[in-house]
Amino acid sequence: MMNKQINSNTKPKLSVGPIQYFWPKAKVIAFYQQVAESAIDIVYLGEVVCSKRLEMKFEDWLEIGRQLTAKGKSVVLSSMTLIEAGSELSRMRRVCEQEEFCVEANDFGAIEILSQKNKNFITGASINIYNERSLELLSQQGMTRWNLSVELGKDQLAKLHQHRPNGVETEVLVWGRLPLAYAARCFTARAHNLPKDQCQFKCIEDPDGLVMKTREQQDFLCLNGIQTQSALTCNLLPELEVMKTLNVDVLRISPQSEHTFEVIEAFAQALSAPENIEHLNSKQQQHAPSGLCDGYWFGQSGMDLHQANSQSIRL
Amino acid sequence: MELVCPAGNLPSLKAAVDNGANAVYIGFKDETNARHFAGLNFNEKSAQAGLTYAKDRGVKVFAAINTYAQGGDFIKWQNAVDLAADLSIDALILADIGVMDYACDKHPDLRLHLSVQASATNPESLAFYLRNFNIQRAVLPRVLSIKQVEQVLQATSVPIEVFGFGSLCVMVEGRCLLSSYATGMSPNTFGACSPASAVQWQEKPNDILETRLNHVLIDRFEKGEKAGYPTLCKGRFEVNKNTYYALEEPTSLNTLSILPGLFNMGVAAIKVEGRQRSPAYVAQVTSIMRQAIDAAQSNRENFQTKAEWMGELQKVSEGSQTTLGAYHRPWQ
Repeated sequence: MMNKQINSNTKPKLSVGPIQYFWPKAKVIAFYQQVAESAIDIVYLGEVVCSKRLEMKFEDWLEIGRQLTAKGKSVVLSSMTLIEAGSELSRMRRVCEQEEFCVEANDFGAIEILSQKNKNFITGASINIYNERSLELLSQQGMTRWNLSVELGKDQLAKLHQHRPNGVETEVLVWGRLPLAYAARCFTARAHNLPKDQCQFKCIEDPDGLVMKTREQQDFLCLNGIQTQSALTCNLLPELEVMKTLNVDVLRISPQSEHTFEVIEAFAQALSAPENIEHLNSKQQQHAPSGLCDGYWFGQSGMDLHQANSQSIRL
Repeated sequence: MELVCPAGNLPSLKAAVDNGANAVYIGFKDETNARHFAGLNFNEKSAQAGLTYAKDRGVKVFAAINTYAQGGDFIKWQNAVDLAADLSIDALILADIGVMDYACDKHPDLRLHLSVQASATNPESLAFYLRNFNIQRAVLPRVLSIKQVEQVLQATSVPIEVFGFGSLCVMVEGRCLLSSYATGMSPNTFGACSPASAVQWQEKPNDILETRLNHVLIDRFEKGEKAGYPTLCKGRFEVNKNTYYALEEPTSLNTLSILPGLFNMGVAAIKVEGRQRSPAYVAQVTSIMRQAIDAAQSNRENFQTKAEWMGELQKVSEGSQTTLGAYHRPWQ
């Protein structure tokens, strides 16, 4: 197992997280064709939010995975986050039981299946790891990489890294609307006055989710079916040097309908030429649909913007 | 079917015991429990007094240590587990696998219940906690339809507790970060949702009242409208130019009408939410739930909810209205 202490000079890898939204199949395929040619090292694939979204079948995801593998990408299949119906349980089992790709567990049910099969796994940010003892326990069950909860910041990460088990990589979401909550209720269907069972797949009309504003027109949250996200986009580009010091192994970029590849390019360039970070960061704002935030990373409210250009804090 | 009732302090504990609870759950005075509110909860002395009172009357006491131990601060959760063990608490209600691991190691004879904050909604997830920590019961999140609850019961050997009455979490518990997004404090990290320290009530001209959470406008009440506490998911927001309760109305869960069904499918216990509520609330809800459970158990075929029960429960509900929540598919 590699020792994290002597690994501090290597560059973190870049990953693209699973698509959170419901996109038409053609858009998904085009997106991953572009990912194949990008600076991305690791690609997470699969539907993680709603089992009713069936533009992409299980075999379609496997096929994309094979194509990306052929292009030298490391491919991971992501399991669903909230498991309610029997069909969702079956789908989770299918993802965990395939032998071709590593799996990102987004529910403890997936961890159970994978560890019982003695398969190594990665945990997504919705698996609650808040302390060193949890990290150790999941490492013993076969966890080889974990995603920091989006509500934790660098001070908490530093504390957990003091006791990080050997062979466990750390991944941090550095760009994207933050996944904040999951429910039985579909909020997109509710916004259209439709029951979930007759949702008409309305969320396909919102490729970046549906913004929920306060009555003062502040973009506050973003409705994405049964998932609630932040309206603001988390951007940790200015913190890349801190991430390297903390030995973060993987930086995750969450896909959005536009500008994802400009964002990937900005992170790739920032990793190669840290002296350009300030310049690269000056363009990040225009890639975010509702503005930027980074508060969680600094131990504050998630919606805060702590960066030097903090005059744009949205209150 | 066991009736499990909340107690934020000694008078509430006594109210629950006196009105027919089979078990009472409490928390200690710090962020190790999910009702970490000023002036609430138990220290060693009051917990001991509560235990004595309950046990003398044949009622069990559970301790909720159901937040997530924060990195570098594990000792607080460790101390809470040790205190509960020293007090001979009947069961610990835990959410964090690190804390469960510690409890198993240090106190192998302690009975562990899986908190709703652990977010276990399916039999595979329950199997994880059973295999690793030998949990003796699990509280299901309030996201499953009644049919899905039954499917879980059929597929697991873990006895199941479900919520029967009280404030309704719309989001799956243990995986909701809305509160920390707005205020920096969440149930997982701090033991509170939409914490009082972040709340602002602002009177505006024309008798308009605005409620805010860390400056974010959660709701605005016109003259004559009844203003409620600004719980983040129960405010009015604007989506597609419509202003409405975009996530959920201020409402409470009430399962009286489906009690026989829960009983028939083999639910082990019914939980009442509300450690933050008054002893009068605890007394009222415990008494009605006791009567309803007894009636449902003795006459499953012809059980009917009484209008007076529903009326009384409505009075102590958020926004004076109740719902079956996710149990009832159309709500979803």
